[in-house]
Amino acid sequence: MRLLEFQAKELFREYGINLLDSKSSTNIEEGRKHAKELGYPFVIKIQVPVGGRGKAGGIQICQNDDEFELKYPQVMDLIIKGEKARAILLEKMADIKKELYLSIFLNRSKRCYTIIASSDGGVEIESVKNQIIKEIGLGDVSDEIANEVAKEIGLEGKIADGFIDTLKKLSKLTIEKEAELVEINPLAIMQDDAVIALDGKFVTDDNSNFRHNELQKYQEISEIEERAEKSGFSLVELDGNIAVVGNGAGLVMSTLDMLSDNGGKPACFLDVGGGATTESVYEALTLISKMSKVKGILVNIYGGIVKTTIVAEAFLKAYENNLIDLPVFSRLKGIESEKAKEMLQGSRTKIYDSVEEAINAAVMGVKN
Amino acid sequence: MIDIFELLKGKPEDQDYMKKGVIVQGITGVYGSIHTRHMIRDGTNIVAGVTPGKGGQKFEDKVTIYNTMQEAVDATNAKISIIFVPAKFFLGAAKDALEAGIKLLVAIPEHVPIRDTMLTLELAKQKGAIVIGPNTPGIIIPGVIKIGIMPVTPFKAGKIAVLSKSGTLLYEISDVLTTAGFGQLITIGIGGDPVNGTRLIDAFEMIKDIPDLEGLVVVGEIGGDSEEILAQRIIDSGFNKPTVAYIAGRSAPKEKRMGHAGAIVMGTYGSAESKIFMFNKANVPVAKRPTEVPVLLAGKMEKSD
Repeated sequence: MRLLEFQAKELFREYGINLLDSKSSTNIEEGRKHAKELGYPFVIKIQVPVGGRGKAGGIQICQNDDEFELKYPQVMDLIIKGEKARAILLEKMADIKKELYLSIFLNRSKRCYTIIASSDGGVEIESVKNQIIKEIGLGDVSDEIANEVAKEIGLEGKIADGFIDTLKKLSKLTIEKEAELVEINPLAIMQDDAVIALDGKFVTDDNSNFRHNELQKYQEISEIEERAEKSGFSLVELDGNIAVVGNGAGLVMSTLDMLSDNGGKPACFLDVGGGATTESVYEALTLISKMSKVKGILVNIYGGIVKTTIVAEAFLKAYENNLIDLPVFSRLKGIESEKAKEMLQGSRTKIYDSVEEAINAAVMGVKN
Repeated sequence: MIDIFELLKGKPEDQDYMKKGVIVQGITGVYGSIHTRHMIRDGTNIVAGVTPGKGGQKFEDKVTIYNTMQEAVDATNAKISIIFVPAKFFLGAAKDALEAGIKLLVAIPEHVPIRDTMLTLELAKQKGAIVIGPNTPGIIIPGVIKIGIMPVTPFKAGKIAVLSKSGTLLYEISDVLTTAGFGQLITIGIGGDPVNGTRLIDAFEMIKDIPDLEGLVVVGEIGGDSEEILAQRIIDSGFNKPTVAYIAGRSAPKEKRMGHAGAIVMGTYGSAESKIFMFNKANVPVAKRPTEVPVLLAGKMEKSD
């Protein structure tokens, strides 16, 4: 999961990384209280789990009560890349001399943690110039490496000390919490040469959740996602109107691609996992029935050893129980497919011999 | 460099040539037992199982169960194991296997923490062992040995190597290849995790010089940069056997994990565009859909004739 800025900063604070005073709220009453406590000027920052907040107007300076009353609700109502505000963070204004970039991430191809640092921070990582990249193995960053990085990005004296301190704390945090990515951008040098984290991005390795109860409170999960997780499914909700269901992440991605290529708009990615049973397909249909935007369902099951008749049973049961009244376009590869076709005759589920045919039928059949 | 074919088949003078022994870790679990049954049915020589606390028992009256990998290896001399334990016990099981001298470890579990995978790989490197996975369907030489959870129906012995991050797409694409007359020399499931024991490039190194190899199919997906690295190696090594790729996830939104832990685009890192660009640079055509793979492969074969 990706933490919100204020949550990442809670972890930074716990590990002793320098921060400005800040407070997060979820309504304007709470916000007013924080405004008094912090005092003007401060920055209002929308809390969403995506980047690009500044460009979208999600970060605003407030000089007085009037500005606050105007801007707080404006920022709260923004939707950035499809994400609504989870909270609003008020943070004291900073008197910045320079902005640096610092991150530690799990380098997939090198199989170790890697530091990226630059003296030109404050912009998106793709545009960060003069990047220093250092592989650091699986353990904490040593004094030696921290010193080297500070030197290579041209830091000296008190600023270098502050940077090295931050880097070492960040590495401890990354390793102890098993993060995939921790980023401070910008890492600011203040007028008094203090080094302070102005932003925070933190992506956890969800597979290590069982070792990190302390991170549970940050988990944000919708009812549908929770049910999907319980059944061992993977679900990603999308903007379109055709639900895409299949077994295996690669197969479902491939089906999404082909549907999009043919002008269809996927409403979700739903992977029911390796096998396909009457129960798993029925549960998938149950989840989809809760998404009002769905106008049709595209099913792509590759079962070398799966009996397609047991999948057909799930469709029949779903219609019988009035769970769904949607057309289903399905491709079921497996045994007994002729029998499955017979079973579904007269129902709203059609079985096609190839996924291409099922997709064409879905695109034609679901015209908004 | 370990010769994967020698590990999987043995040498003609070996007593167990073409029937190398395999140990199943977690043999009494739900998945372990189902797939042990299937592997035996499909002709794999399962010589032992390991489940702590169940040593001395037998799996379905056929396979002796041991408490530890050391005991199982001492008794059978096997060099190959397959792990079915739950993800949180994976690291322990993998260490147990590598310490006991296993040289090829097939790691089936999904949801293994990345740190545990990386610690396993560090140990495997010290011990000179190969890890396939985690989150892999396994590895198969059709008609010889299957160490994994794949159905055997899509596969047929032949001369094409298939390397795939995805399980079901591996079956789907092998199936259309088989139907088109392209049997497989070997297929390797790389796995859908961010960190893979055998990366695409490692799998490529294992198979690229096999004289029987007539073509290569790479089934990639969004996330990471292992496809790009492979494409660069294809260019650098001058590999000239017909090669075709398929990349799943072109239409996936950014910063969303698409089912596999590794299938996520961060900025431009891991994007389908980047992978397709590099494959094109390496003169490897990228299929738009699985059924196009054999068509493109046949096209490449004609050109190279």
